[in-house]
Amino acid sequence: MSYFIVLTLTGIAAGMIYAALALALVLIWRATRIVNFAQGALAMTTTYIALAVIRATDSYWLGFAGALIAGLLLGALAERFLVRWVEKGPPLNAVILTLGLFLILEAVVPMIWGAQIRGFPAPFSIAATEVGGVFIALSPFNIFTIAVVLAVMGAMLLLFRFTSLGLRMRATAFAPDIARLLGVRVGRLLTLGWAIATLTGSIAGLLVAPTLLLYPNNMDAVLVYGFTAAVLGGLDSPVGALVGGLGIGLALSYVGGYLGGDLEAIGALVILIGILMVRPQGLFVHSAERRA
Amino acid sequence: MTLVERLGARGTLLTHAVLAVVFIALAGVAIYLLDSVNAFLVYQLSSVAYIAIAAAGLTVLTGLNGQLSLGHGALMAIGAYTTALLLKTYTDLNPAIVMVAAVLVTALGSIAVGAGAARLRGPYLAGATLGLAVGLPGVAVRFSGVFGGDAGLNVPALSSPDALSTVPQEVWMAWMWLIPAAITFVLLANLLRTRYGRDFRAIREDEVASALHGIRVARTQVVAFVLSGACAGLAGSLMAYTSSLAAPGSFPLTLSLELLAAIVIGGLGTLPGAVWGALVIVFAPDWIGTLHDVLKLPGPIRDQLPLALFGVVFIAAMLLFPYGIQGGLRRLWLLRAARRSQAASG
Repeated sequence: MSYFIVLTLTGIAAGMIYAALALALVLIWRATRIVNFAQGALAMTTTYIALAVIRATDSYWLGFAGALIAGLLLGALAERFLVRWVEKGPPLNAVILTLGLFLILEAVVPMIWGAQIRGFPAPFSIAATEVGGVFIALSPFNIFTIAVVLAVMGAMLLLFRFTSLGLRMRATAFAPDIARLLGVRVGRLLTLGWAIATLTGSIAGLLVAPTLLLYPNNMDAVLVYGFTAAVLGGLDSPVGALVGGLGIGLALSYVGGYLGGDLEAIGALVILIGILMVRPQGLFVHSAERRA
Repeated sequence: MTLVERLGARGTLLTHAVLAVVFIALAGVAIYLLDSVNAFLVYQLSSVAYIAIAAAGLTVLTGLNGQLSLGHGALMAIGAYTTALLLKTYTDLNPAIVMVAAVLVTALGSIAVGAGAARLRGPYLAGATLGLAVGLPGVAVRFSGVFGGDAGLNVPALSSPDALSTVPQEVWMAWMWLIPAAITFVLLANLLRTRYGRDFRAIREDEVASALHGIRVARTQVVAFVLSGACAGLAGSLMAYTSSLAAPGSFPLTLSLELLAAIVIGGLGTLPGAVWGALVIVFAPDWIGTLHDVLKLPGPIRDQLPLALFGVVFIAAMLLFPYGIQGGLRRLWLLRAARRSQAASG
């Protein structure tokens, strides 16, 4: 029973990371109807940048900030100079374009930093703790992870619900032509949407690196989990991304704990196919409109 | 009337079959002559054969049916492991039987993956097949008793018959691989001229309109995926024979993306394009090695350059030729025709 509780707690912590990546995918899907298959590679790149900053300055927090800034910039550049040109074309073209970005990032990063597996520092201990003689499976870093992802989710909620900028971004996603007629700078907001999404993804990269370690394709499996979480939540709903991420985190934690860690990725695939067969519109989307 | 046209009047199957036999004869002689010059090149041509088979299957799915699979490398793994497991038990089994078994098992696996196939379309199919590519090698590692874990399973090499014992092994293999490759291309080329081929294309253009015309969209998409998966299974079987190994490390996610690069380079949806693309995929690392000798690139850059270039090709193809190389050429031609008519009238 205690093993079950340990798996549950670690599953929640991992699920928060998947939720962050799922949120990044959802933000881009809402804005541009593109599944960004480069999301994991972008997060891996910003994590390498964070490591370089940490090595140079000896400060984890400067590295953390560096990754976020790099995420903003990379996302904005990717949208403005690459994705902008395929947004109107067939959906297949946009997917192949993001795969091109994926390949370039996963090839260029080892050119610069080498392909070997690296450790990544954590600001808090990643060992499980004991509080007053009671063993708790969550490490301080797990708690930090959960807090950071909840803070990001809260910030997104505030941005989209209560600010004029968020309203304009929602209008852009919902009806770009009408928004443009009303004076919204649609192009700029799409760039901003990609920047915010990539920033969110870069947080997932930072949080996953201390336990998963850092190497050029360390985010491939996390991308699959994040995508599964996003589909579980309906691909369209930030709340769905959070719940989907937690669900996938728990499910994969049990799969890994009881059946073997090597089966986690294939477990995610089984879950994904199961969701698509039973409830293809996801758990959190009310309208059944999906023709893609 | 040329010979090809006269054959064409007799039927598509005959034309394609005759072209295939001519191709096998010419390529067979070429391989034999090439072997005395460069034996390793002949060995690489065997790799071209199986990459071309897998790319042909993928180009039917992606280029003609408009569905994207990021998991064809994993489907090749199913074919390769079927081959290895069969040969482990029945060492002397005829390669043709082994390959048919690999095709059947992989087709079954494709049905399992496409179980939700009515729903698995667009980004969903891409995401699910990505999961397959990332997850399947883990199965081989987890059940190492059956699949040999990280080290994989050995596959006995294909040996030439005693009567032809003077033929070098790599030549024999390259000769043999011409047969499944030719069969695959003839069958696919014929299929594309049947109702199914037209249905594939109709669905790519407009699902709703296709459904209104009585095409069963979901079922046809499953057929396309299973057909495409069967090609990948055959390719995996040939790959296992060629490298004498079926191991999880041979089927990384990048293999699936290289197959996609092959069909993007060759032009989405054209079968000859799959062959050109396969040649580029197999020989690009060599060309970059040559470049390395000239420019003295540092090791990490040389190792990663092929993948980076494939990424650039993806992006360039989508930005410059959004409707594929074939579409780009057609647009250039239309542009020239328009200019000419303008000059004539003005």
